[in-house]
Amino acid sequence: MHSSITKKLAITLLAWAIALVVFFPIFWMILTGFKTEGEAVATPPSLFFEPTLSGYHEVMARADYVKFAINSVVVSLGSTLLALLIAVPAAYSMAFLPTPRTRGTLLWMLSTKMLPPVGVLMPVYLLFRDLGLLDSLSGLIVIYMLMNLPIVVWMLYTFFKDVPKDILEAGRMDGAGTLQEVLYLLVPLTLPGIASTGLLSVILSWNEAFWSLNLTTSSAAPLTAFIASFSSPEGLFWAKLSAASTMAIAPILILGWMTQKQMVRGLTFGAVK
Amino acid sequence: MATLELNNIVKDFAGTQVIKGVDLEVKDREFVVFVGPSGCGKSTLLRMIAGLESVSSGDILIDGQRMNEVGPAERGLSMVFQSYALYPHMSVEDNMGFSLRLAKVPKAERREKVLEAARILQLENLLERKPKALSGGQRQRVAIGRAIVRNPSIFLFDEPLSNLDAALRVQMRIELARLHEELDATMIYVTHDQIEAMTMADKIVVLQGGIVEQVGSPMALYHHPRNRFVAGFIGSPKMNFIDVEVRDARGEGVSVRLPGGGEYLVPVDASGCQAGDTLSLGIRPEHLTLDDNGPLEGEITVIERLGGVTSLYVRCHGEEWILVTDGEVSHRVRDNVRFGFAPARAHLFAEDGLALTHLERHPLVDVERRQNRASTAADVS
Ligand SMILES: Nc1ncnc2c1ncn2[C@@H]1O[C@H](COP(=O)(O)OP(=O)(O)O)[C@@H](O)[C@H]1O
Ligand SMILES: [Mg+2]
Repeated sequence: MHSSITKKLAITLLAWAIALVVFFPIFWMILTGFKTEGEAVATPPSLFFEPTLSGYHEVMARADYVKFAINSVVVSLGSTLLALLIAVPAAYSMAFLPTPRTRGTLLWMLSTKMLPPVGVLMPVYLLFRDLGLLDSLSGLIVIYMLMNLPIVVWMLYTFFKDVPKDILEAGRMDGAGTLQEVLYLLVPLTLPGIASTGLLSVILSWNEAFWSLNLTTSSAAPLTAFIASFSSPEGLFWAKLSAASTMAIAPILILGWMTQKQMVRGLTFGAVK
Repeated sequence: MATLELNNIVKDFAGTQVIKGVDLEVKDREFVVFVGPSGCGKSTLLRMIAGLESVSSGDILIDGQRMNEVGPAERGLSMVFQSYALYPHMSVEDNMGFSLRLAKVPKAERREKVLEAARILQLENLLERKPKALSGGQRQRVAIGRAIVRNPSIFLFDEPLSNLDAALRVQMRIELARLHEELDATMIYVTHDQIEAMTMADKIVVLQGGIVEQVGSPMALYHHPRNRFVAGFIGSPKMNFIDVEVRDARGEGVSVRLPGGGEYLVPVDASGCQAGDTLSLGIRPEHLTLDDNGPLEGEITVIERLGGVTSLYVRCHGEEWILVTDGEVSHRVRDNVRFGFAPARAHLFAEDGLALTHLERHPLVDVERRQNRASTAADVS
């Protein structure tokens, strides 16, 4: 009994330590955003200082945060909705009408995530140029959708597989066509899973930087480009950069925090039953 | 009005033949039970009738119309699944009314029909509940209610009682029989439980390995099993089998010699067998009787008392025999007992498993369960 308490204590301490290590960079970034440029680069770093909003003021003065933020929202939500729209039918057929090649197709889809994006930058760039999609929201939506599609299909597939086939067959006996089967039975039954898949897709799209930096310049640039614009070209201004980064990640951090219950429930949906 | 006809139905699953040419005729308002061991293809056959599984070859006719390419909903059938397959996110009322909602039936009419079915099944007080909040028996009734609401021409049941406990199973069995009377519908019922088959069916279809072994009324299967498989499958405890030697085959029957020396004249069609052949003799445990002058003798190894009846396991000439006797017998394990049977009760099976036909048909075979019904005994094979 004594040893079990010690063990519990050790595990708790370890968990806290890991959490602190993981959270520290974010914490430090937020802190730095409230410093002056001088304090930001001071060695040793000052933990106690007079907080100032000057970094934020300068960031707001130099760039149109709201425009970038709106772009981020549009691109994240748009790509997620598009991905779900394509992935739901795909996952449906893989889960309920499997062929001998279904497993292989799923693995192949996932394996495309192993490919470094830079490997396809050139062809994608040229395609976008010729199609007039450079620096457009629709172009970014398409590329984010493609980027997340394998994960979205895979997750939906695992959620759908947990739905008893009998229920859909009962629906078919009751006169439901495929569309009605999906809309009235499958989607309501897997809504927690679909929601957490969508959240994950939104978060991944929000945080994506490689494609947004390479395929946008100004009018479609999302918040990741907003951050990047503060790291160039006159050198690094840590306080401003931190303030901009904090502003860029704040919405998604808050969203993640508000929906963490939903996320955990969705991500463990298949595992616990 | 609903009849069903299956013509040489075959089902292949990726090269494996699961249903191997099934012919069947189901009459209007008949209660037909498919029975057979697990994996024999009962569900597959039922699902093909429902339209949930495609037919590899052969024809399905409902009321004379070929239905092979018709979708499940358009066949006008309802199915009750073993798992109930209720829609977990809908209330009982919505579950039962889902088919009507899809058919765009106005809300008031929908409610009326659902209430009518709920009344038949005593579900009126549960209409607001979700399936999660129901007991197994209640879920079962909702599943049946959902089938009733569609007003199908044929009801299909796939082992609907196998998830219920024993007492509830008996109760639901009776309720289903009552429902059959009340709705006056054609029903096809799948089970692996021969007691359910015997008690509910007008007509039993015994399946094994994708082949129909026999079709007939419960009493026809019990008294005139077509082969050794059916003989062993129908009836509980299982029929005793023992190898016997033919002494004489003549007009009034086949005379056989038991291992112990007793000789019996079994009144069956003797054509095709002759003295010296080896046959398998089958006799049901309930047809063996304790008899101090009986020709068979053995030692009791196990006694199972059920109160009303007692089962004795008797070792006799190297074989284990089961006798079902009166509940009052006072024998104990290791007692020696003598027993025998009426020759007319015995069955003889040839090498290929086929039964030799009894010369006389059992009188109960042609007695129908209900009055004024289309004959079901006539198509006993
Ligand atoms: N979708 C399927 N694919 C391949 N084989 C199947 C499929 N469904 C059933 N089977 C096989 O068909 C046989 C009969 O199955 P089933 O009809 O479910 O038997 P029962 O209901 O009598 O227990 C079994 O051997 C089963 O493995
Ligand atoms: Mg089955």
